[in-house]
Amino acid sequence: MRRFFTLLKREIAHYFRTPLAYVVLFFFLLLTGFNFHSGLNALNRETGQVTVVEAFFNTILFWFPLVLIFPLLTMRLFSEEYKLGTIESLMTAPVRDWQVVLAKFFGAFVFYAVLWLPSVLYFWIFQLVAHRPAATSFSCYLGAYTILVLVGMFYLAIGCLASALTQNQIVAAIAAFAAICAMFFINLLAQLLPSSAPFLIELTYYFSTVEHMKEFSRGLFDTRPVVFYLSMTAFTLFLTLHVFQYRRWKK
Amino acid sequence: MIKVEALTKRYGSVTAVDGIDFHVERGEIVGFLGPNGAGKSTTMRMLTCYLPPTSGRAEIAGYDIFKESLRAREHIGYMPENVPLPADMRVHEYLRFRAALKGVPGRRIKERLTDVCDLCGLGEVSRKMIGALSKGYRQRVGLADAMIHEPDLLILDEPTIGLDPNQIRQVRELIKNLRRHHTILISTHILPEVEMTCSRVIIINKGKIEAMDTPENLRRQLSASGETVVEMKVDNLKAAASKLRALAGVKDVSHHPAGDWTRFTLSTDGDPRERIHELAVAEKWPVRELTRRGATLEEVFAEVTHADER
Ligand SMILES: Nc1ncnc2c1ncn2[C@@H]1O[C@H](COP(=O)(O)OP(=O)(O)OP(=O)(O)O)[C@@H](O)[C@H]1O
Ligand SMILES: [Mg+2]
Repeated sequence: MRRFFTLLKREIAHYFRTPLAYVVLFFFLLLTGFNFHSGLNALNRETGQVTVVEAFFNTILFWFPLVLIFPLLTMRLFSEEYKLGTIESLMTAPVRDWQVVLAKFFGAFVFYAVLWLPSVLYFWIFQLVAHRPAATSFSCYLGAYTILVLVGMFYLAIGCLASALTQNQIVAAIAAFAAICAMFFINLLAQLLPSSAPFLIELTYYFSTVEHMKEFSRGLFDTRPVVFYLSMTAFTLFLTLHVFQYRRWKK
Repeated sequence: MIKVEALTKRYGSVTAVDGIDFHVERGEIVGFLGPNGAGKSTTMRMLTCYLPPTSGRAEIAGYDIFKESLRAREHIGYMPENVPLPADMRVHEYLRFRAALKGVPGRRIKERLTDVCDLCGLGEVSRKMIGALSKGYRQRVGLADAMIHEPDLLILDEPTIGLDPNQIRQVRELIKNLRRHHTILISTHILPEVEMTCSRVIIINKGKIEAMDTPENLRRQLSASGETVVEMKVDNLKAAASKLRALAGVKDVSHHPAGDWTRFTLSTDGDPRERIHELAVAEKWPVRELTRRGATLEEVFAEVTHADER
């Protein structure tokens, strides 16, 4: 276990050492800040039925940076080590393959969590200034952040897999981006499907991150997405481990 | 310490290592010698559990490299070829990370860090970024990393390549000093290095072991075919050369002038110095030098790897 935490610490430290991480952090804060601002503006104009939390988590300005950051956070993980050859000194130390994979995954996850921390501040400041809560109940926050965590885990796992496949960071980023977009836009299929096939529409709901977020940020919990994201994360990490081992076997 | 049996590695259709067997006992320093592409690095990568063998088996300190690879790895300090290092860490950060990763207890890390920095002369650069180090210093960081957890066995893949002569001598001294506590397997192209540091040599070529013995024994095997140099004053060069060639044990004679004197270089079988002396006395040729040189390790190397065929 100590080895795992040593690896994890290094992975996290690695993020804060690279300029890319700060660039990502900067633009991410800029976009989410702008998203929050425009959400409030919209609410000012028309006092609708949505809460501030719902307005924040369900706009294009929220989804756009979200989908973009996963490839940026994960492309480096394995590819860089393959390229530099440091994978050789890493794997000849007494560490298990799964420890390396999980350390990289959770390292990325910690940085992802750091990206979202300031948003908590937005809602808090809103309450301080506007003297009213940003959501109807606490479960709205809980729901929104639960989906953020779950989606984050799954998409970061996809990024890990892409990075484990190649020593070229750009290729890893593009592959991860393509896979994440495919997952993300699967719900658009629902609109193309004939309404005579309710089963298929039901099925696409099962995959649709946007729909999940809509529900959860209203404080409506559903176990199906939770199971879906957790099992897909586990499965993708399992694949990553095998790809990672296979690369050495083949060589 | 190392037991290797019929170890084989194929990359697709290329057989990089072809069923090699050897043993290394505790406390030995073994030189692993071979031309480019002989399979040295591949063998080392299998021993350090980085690459799985295609067939055959190996044990490190009694642990199978395949079934108990974690245990085996705990006993190895490995310095890979070309010393891959992360560029964006400071030297002491990196070594600290490596120490923790290899299971050095937290309270001992500081002490080990000071020790290896002293041993490898990393004192002044320990706060520098690794990316900003010169090749020689990177090499030293790799060496420090290999030693930081006090492993029983050091596996060093070309540790002195790219170092300046002073550093090469320092590394050699270092390796000699390590002999007391460590077993060392070291691959290199530099033959004097092997002669100076290694207690045993394994010569590998095209994935097969061609020779395995102490450097002295290897030289002795070939010492029969040595070279003898004699410098004399002769009046008739041609006659003298043919008389020398007629001696038993002399295969070939070449000569070139050295002022008034003539320097004959004889390729010989056995030791014909006594007969040369007798001939010179009989012919009344003044002699000012008569030396015989046994085969060098270089010649052994060329002979067993058939370097001249290529
Ligand atoms: N990843 C790889 N894929 C395919 N073939 C490889 C790979 N690595 C090494 N080889 C081949 O295996 C053979 C042995 O290579 P190896 O690196 O073990 O040689 P070496 O003795 O270390 O040589 P050098 O002195 O140049 O370091 C070579 O023919 C090489 O081309
Ligand atoms: Mg090599």
